[in-house]
Order: sequence, then structure tokens, then C-alpha cells
Amino acid sequence: MITGFNGILSVTVFLPALAALLIWLVAKSDRQVRLIAVTAGLCDLVLAAVVFALFNKGDGADRFQFVDRIDWINTDTFNASYLLSVDGLSAPLVLLTGLLGFCALLASFHIQTRIKEYFVWLLVLQTAVMGVFTSLDLLLFFLFWELELIPMYMLISVWGSGKKEYSAMKFLIFTILGSAAMLVALVGIFLSGDLKTFDMVLLSESSNRLVAGGMVLPISMLFWLFFIAFAIKLPAWPVHTWLPDAHTDAPTAASVMLAGVMLKMGGYGLLRINVGLFPDQVKIFAGAIVALGVISIIYGAIVTLKQTDLKRLIAYSSVSHMGLVLLGIGSVAVSGERISSVGLNGAAMQLFTHGTITGLLFLCVGLIYDKAHTRYIPDLGGLANRMPFVAIAFLIAGLASLGLPGLSGFVSEILVFLGTFAAFPWPTILAVLGIVLAAGYILWMMQRTLFGPDLPRFSTLSDASLVEAVPLVLLIISIVVVGVYPAILTTVFESGLNPMVEVMNGLTNDISGTLITR
Amino acid sequence: MTSYDIYLIAPQLATAAIALMVIIFDLFFKKNKLLPVIAFVGLSIPTAFSLMQLNDLIVSDSSGLVPRSSVFYGSLMVDQFSLFFNFVVLIVTGLVILSSNDYISRMNNHRAEYFGLMLLSATGMLLLVGATELITIYIALELTTLPLVALAAMLLTAKSTEAGMKFLVIGALSSAVMLYGMTLIFGFTGSTTLAGISEALSVSHYSDIPFGSYALLVGMLLLVVGFGFKLSAVPYQMWVPDVYEGAPTPAVAFLSVASKAAAFALVLRVLCSGFIEVQPEWTILIACLAAASMTIGNLAALVQNNIKRLLGYSTIAHAGYILIGIAAIGGNSSESLFSHMGPSSVLFYLVAYAAANLTALFSIIAIGHNINSDQIDDYSGMFRRSPLIALALVLSLIALIGVPPTGIFMAKIHIFASAIDNHLTWLAVVGVVNSVISVYYYVRVIRVMFLSQTEVQSKIRISWAPGIALISTSLMTLLIGILPGVILNLAEDTVKVLPNIGFW
Repeated sequence: MITGFNGILSVTVFLPALAALLIWLVAKSDRQVRLIAVTAGLCDLVLAAVVFALFNKGDGADRFQFVDRIDWINTDTFNASYLLSVDGLSAPLVLLTGLLGFCALLASFHIQTRIKEYFVWLLVLQTAVMGVFTSLDLLLFFLFWELELIPMYMLISVWGSGKKEYSAMKFLIFTILGSAAMLVALVGIFLSGDLKTFDMVLLSESSNRLVAGGMVLPISMLFWLFFIAFAIKLPAWPVHTWLPDAHTDAPTAASVMLAGVMLKMGGYGLLRINVGLFPDQVKIFAGAIVALGVISIIYGAIVTLKQTDLKRLIAYSSVSHMGLVLLGIGSVAVSGERISSVGLNGAAMQLFTHGTITGLLFLCVGLIYDKAHTRYIPDLGGLANRMPFVAIAFLIAGLASLGLPGLSGFVSEILVFLGTFAAFPWPTILAVLGIVLAAGYILWMMQRTLFGPDLPRFSTLSDASLVEAVPLVLLIISIVVVGVYPAILTTVFESGLNPMVEVMNGLTNDISGTLITR
Repeated sequence: MTSYDIYLIAPQLATAAIALMVIIFDLFFKKNKLLPVIAFVGLSIPTAFSLMQLNDLIVSDSSGLVPRSSVFYGSLMVDQFSLFFNFVVLIVTGLVILSSNDYISRMNNHRAEYFGLMLLSATGMLLLVGATELITIYIALELTTLPLVALAAMLLTAKSTEAGMKFLVIGALSSAVMLYGMTLIFGFTGSTTLAGISEALSVSHYSDIPFGSYALLVGMLLLVVGFGFKLSAVPYQMWVPDVYEGAPTPAVAFLSVASKAAAFALVLRVLCSGFIEVQPEWTILIACLAAASMTIGNLAALVQNNIKRLLGYSTIAHAGYILIGIAAIGGNSSESLFSHMGPSSVLFYLVAYAAANLTALFSIIAIGHNINSDQIDDYSGMFRRSPLIALALVLSLIALIGVPPTGIFMAKIHIFASAIDNHLTWLAVVGVVNSVISVYYYVRVIRVMFLSQTEVQSKIRISWAPGIALISTSLMTLLIGILPGVILNLAEDTVKVLPNIGFW
């Protein structure tokens, strides 16, 4: 059992919520609201960066670092602890949350209505997501998972556009449905075996005991209940339908948070819980997971091709790109040889790179929509001349999204394909075809919006202001750095994923060892 | 009857005495303002007696304070279980009296009667939680219900009178049904005390008929169905929405929380001490009632436009969730007898629900007193008009959905866990699906308050006494969610005094 109290993660998680409280109670003017929010966002980014930088990924280092643990509930029948910690899997995602949270705050300066409430909800949202990525107690994880619902619902339904209330309710119902599945599963896990604990570390170290100690529910059922919850969040076909609506109608910052970090909660959950706690189940069901992934990739890409709304287009492309995460997880089904962590690493990398790339895409679309007042692609054109800086950022994000070598999107795609090819050659080839479609819709979108003849009605558009440019620059830097030097992330992810893969290899050896030697 | 016997029922006697005092005071003095003060301060006397009994209990280190040779023998029990609910009832009564401070201006000539009736009903509840004999149970139930009937009709409006009438008629019907059930049980077992019934059942048990005999089958069916009226569970749920809509809101708060808690205490005690021998049979019965209550309550709540009616249906649904915990008592694991996870989760849920539902109703009292309406549409823009009260209402609605970090979230996890642990996975699934359905109607209220704008910008006024009540229940709701360990430990300790419970 890991113990200790470091404190830095608790501060990272709760700093935004404290800032929200401060804003609600103290801030008088809109200026103060923005000042407090941005200061808190910056501090949180610095803290997240410190956690990432100080994370020791060397051999022999502890798997879980920066542990904060307090006994939370302790009765005869019920045990849970307040347990925050990061490993190689979550440390980069904490950094991602800090980065995109800060960008989302900066991208919210143009909000004019109910400014105070807006920033309160946005900051609470950041606390919730940070909590999801750092908590290693299932009950605490679930608590943060649910905490994110109400802020996101408010952000979409108050400050959104179009059919905002419908979209917000759809988002809420889908997510709660997933939570309900997860609730049953985590209660089932708690009651199973002789551990009676929500501690993910203990559960993952003793996944064999989980089976031996007697399950109250079939273990495959628990696996799928968790899978449903995370697949809705990811989102995977066929439970993706909430995403295009929510994205299209959400305000820019909410779209950035939604696509940038909240979808990643689904992917993170799959890796941490479905792979980490159910190593044998994930191998059994890898085929089904890969099938869902390939369908998501191809279906998402085909639907994206015919979108005419910029935000909807990017939303559907997210469905396609998040399918890669499922594909990467399928890599564990390779038979006959040692499983390597390459495919899982690709899935984890995809979480990070898609977060930054889509974040940048949504920021650019938000700027275009703010200035041109339309997201309808046929109405746009020639923006590169009017707003060159936004155009360059948009172009970089687009190229990264379609997987141009040298930018970050390429790294995760190639890792996923490399890792999964051995286990599922044909599905992987199909998925590559799906990714080729990305080139189609991205280039088409770029061409129709940025290039072409100058339109007279856009002659007065201005380029991004300084505040608007800062998040763009931050995200461009992260995309280029990861693209050029991917090891900065892959080694960290590897240190978190290798222990999981080792458990799986151990399972295989146990079985084959008994068969061959005796 | 010795003086020790009187000491044992001192909390009940004291509460009844205060009720009479309030009414008599009103006859001689015309100081209306002092009435709630007398009622509230007076409650400290039964609380003090309960504390003394608790102290005796801890000192004597036995499971209950029961004299062997008294008229009360076998009919009343003073143990940790009854004292737990004594405190729940007394605290809820105190909070409701605080919250009535503004509202009673609507009842110009009946203020003393209002408080008097409420305290008399509380007396009934205090008796109910300790009753261990069928006739005592019946009397205590009537003492609880009849004052509530009068309270429901107290506004003297058409709706209020209708509420009182419905409450009375359906209450009488359910009493008759229950009484008939008790007769059959007495005829079969030859005893009216729970201990005697349990003894009789342990000897004669025919395994090929449900409950061992048709007399007991019918008797149990009628008894449990009659209890359903007090629990506001199916099949006696139809009075709930009308009474909730028509009755004075503080009376609704009292009814939905205190009366419900006392009734669940009664059901737990009756089933665990009297009928544990036929546990597998009644588990099925309770599980079906739970599933029906949750589903009917939540589906009907989806289309409500009056917030009190909506909470009426929501209370039916919550009765269903809590019944899960009673059904989940069955010990099927080889080494254990009966799980205390189910019963303790009932207690925990009741406390969490009390905090959340009181918060909701106290906010509604404050808002309704200002805008003179309980229609959800009239709540539009409430967040702009009165952020704190709106926030309290939002908190309580989030809690009623079961979203963390609130008490009911923890309670729901615990109650679903107990169901899965006792091989009632289907019931847990029904509960979880119902929780998802309930999101829609609770969030609709939140949406109206936050999203819609309104021309009326006047602030909602709330005086200090209801304010304190509202703040304390809101804090409780949060606190139980963040630190559930305290109440949960207490609940687990408490249910162990029930016979046959506590092996896990």
C-alpha cells in the first residue's frame, strides 16, 4: 500500500476550485474576475509542469509518485481513501489539463454575459478533470468524474449557441448513463475478492486475487460496464452522438476543455482501469475493442467528410481520431510473443497529442467565428489574407491532425499502427485508410476557409490580439516539440504502461509455462 | 408501573407535554411570537431525556433498557436503535419549527394548534421507533398520522382541505388493512409481541407454502402493504402528490422526513425482530415494492410542473431506494447469518435524505413565501434574484439525484453495494437506471432557475430562523457527502442491536 502526503497534487487539483470560490465571494469587477482566474490558471499550469518535470521515470524509481493519502471512510463494511498520485500514464495528462485549462481561460476573455459565473464553472471543471487524472481510489475517481457534469452542463446551456439546452441535456444524459454503469461496476469490484478496497494500486497488483476471492458479478460484466462508461466519454461508435451536438453548441473554451481533456478522461479510464485492472479480460475482448475502434475511425471520417459546420467537422474528426485509442489498446492481443507497450503507448500519446491539436483547432475556429460570425464553410474564404496568424495556427493544427511527420499527431498514429499491426493486421490497414480520409477533410476545410479569393464582407477582420495569440502559441509549441522530440512524452508514458504490460506477460507465461514444462 | 417505566418513556411524555403547553399558552396569552420559541426550546427536554437514556445505555453496557417486570414489557424498547431515531425525529422537528417562523403568518388563528399538532405527531414517532408490540405499533401509528391529517388541512384552502381529506381516507384504509393483517398474524402465532411472534415462527415452519402458512402469507402481505402508506411506497403512494401539493410546506417537510424515518425504523424492527424466520419470503415482497416505488415515482415525476408535487413523486422514488436496503438483508453467504450492510445503509440513507430533502423544502418555503407560487416556471431567473437560496436548492436537487459530493451519493453507493452483495443485482440495476431517469426532472428545475431570465428582480427575503435551518441542512448535506464515515459508523453500530443482525 502506498502512503505519504506530499501535498503538491492536492494543491494542483484544488487550486482552481479555490480560485472559483475566491471569485464568487470576493471579486467585484469583471477585471478582477479575469485576473484571479488567469492567475490561478497560470499557477496551475506551472504546478502541473513542475509535477511533470520532477516526475522520475528512471529505472528503479517508484511507479507512483507525489502520493497524497488520507484515510477517508473507514467502517466495518466500507473503506475508501483520499489517494492522489501520478504515474507515467497520468503525469503527462496532468500537464495537458494544466495547459488546456490555461488556454481555455485565456480564450474566454470575449465572454460578455454573466462573466463571474462563467469563470467559476470553468475553474470547477478544471478541478474535476485534474482530480480524475490523479485519483487512484475508485470512489474518489468516480466523485471527480461526476463533479465535472454540472459545470459542463452549465457552460453549454448558458453560454452556448444554437440548440444549446438540448445539447447540454443530451450530454448530461449520455454521461450519467455511463456513470450509472460505472457505479455498478465499481461497487462490484469493491465487493469482489478478499480485499474490500477501492484502492486501484492494490487492485491492479492483485488482479489474480480478484478472481480467486470470488466475484459477486462476472468479471467480464464488470469489464464491460467500465468499458461502456469510458466509451461514451471517449466517445466511440455507436455512443458518440452526444459529441457533435455538445461541441457545436458549446462556447469556445468549453469545446477546448471538452475535446482537449474531457474526452481524454475516457481514454485514460480505459487504460487505467480496463487495461490496468482487467489484464486478462482486455486480452480476451481485444477483438471487439479493435472492431469498435476501426468502425469509429472509418465511420467518423466518412461522416466528417460531409460536414459544413467547422465545429461539427472537428467534432466528428474527434470521433475518428479517438478510435485510434481503442485500436492501440487492441495491441495487447498479440499471441505467441511478449506483448510490448508500443500500442498502448500510442494510445496514450494519442490522448495527449489529440488534446493539444484539437484544442488548437477549436481555439482557431472560435476566433474565426467570433470575428466572421459564421462557421458555415461555404460562407467562408480568403481568411489567410485577413488574419494570417490565426491562419498559420489553424494550418499547423490541421496538418498535425492529418498526421504530417514532424508534428505530434504523426507520432501517436505511427505508434498505434506499429503496435497493433502484429495482432490485427487487416483492421490496422483499414484504420490507416480511415486516417487517409483525414487528409481529405482537413485539406478541403483549410482550402475553403483560409484560401481562395478575398471576400469583401471579411475585409474588416482583424488578426488575433495578444491575449488571443498566447494560447495559440503555447499549443503550437507543444505540437512541434512533441513532433520533433517525441521521447519527451513516450518515455514517461512507457514508465507508466510497462508495469501493466508486465502483468499481462506474466499471465501469459503462467499459462504457457504450465503447459509446456509440465 | 414504576417510576423507572415513566423514565423510559420520558422523551415521549415530555414532547406531548410541550404540545399541550403550547396550546394552553395560546389560550391565556396572545403573544403569537413566543409560540415557536416555546416549541423549539421545549424540545430540549425530550432531547435531554434521550441523552440521559443514551448515557445509561452506555454505562449499563447492555443492548437495551427494558424492565422485565412492567406493563411495558415486550411492548417498548429503549435501545441504541430507538435512541438513534429519537434524535433524528427531534432534530428534524426542531428544524421544521425554525423554518415555520415566516410561514405561520398564513395561519392566523391556528398557530398554537399548528405547533401543538406537530409535536403530538412527533410524540407518536418517538413511540413508533421503540414499539415492539403490534397494538402499541398501531396506536403509535395513529398518533403519528392523525395530527398530520389536521396539519395538512390547516391552510383551509380548497387544495389544502382536499389534501387533508385524501390523507385521512387513505390513511384509514391502510390502517384497516394493516389491522386485519395484524389480526391474522396474531391468530397464527398467538402473540402480539415481536419476540413472541419470532418464537412461534421458529417452531412451526412449513416449507412448501410461502411464509409457512396461508394465514401468515395474507397477514404479512396486508401488514407490509399497510406500512407502505407510512413509507409513501407503492401501493399506497397515491395520496403523496396531492398532500404534498396542498399541505403547508413546513408540514410537508415534517411529513416527508420525520414520518418517513420513523416508519422505516418501524419496518426494520418489525421485519428483523419479528419475522426473521421468514426472511427469504418477505425479501422478495420488499424487493418488488422497492422496484415498483422507484419506477412509478420517477416516471410520474417527469411530467410535473409544481415543485411540491415533483418532490412528492421524488419521495416515492426515494422510499423505493431505501427499501432496497431492507430487502438486502438476506445472508446467503455461507459463514454469515444476516448482513448489517443493508440495514445500516437504510439508516445512513435516511439521514442523508433528511438533510437533502429538508434543504429542498426549506428553500421552497422561503421562495414560495415570497412569490406565492410553487410552479416551476415561476422559479425562472431565481439564481439572479437570490443566489444563496437558489444555490441551496440546487445543492439539494443535485443531492437528490445522487451526484457527489453529497450525502445521498454515498448512501446510494452503499445501498446498491448491499443489494449486489446480497444477490439482488437486478434490484441494484433497477435503482441505478432509475437514478438516471431522475436526472431529467431534477435538472429541469435547476435549468429554469439558472437559465431563464425574468423581469421580476425583487430579492427573496428570509428571516434569521428559517435561514439558520436552511444553512444547517445545506451544510449537513455537504458534510455527510464529504465525511460519510461518522454517520456510517454510527449506523453500523446502531443496527447491530437489532436481534439477528450484525454478522458479516
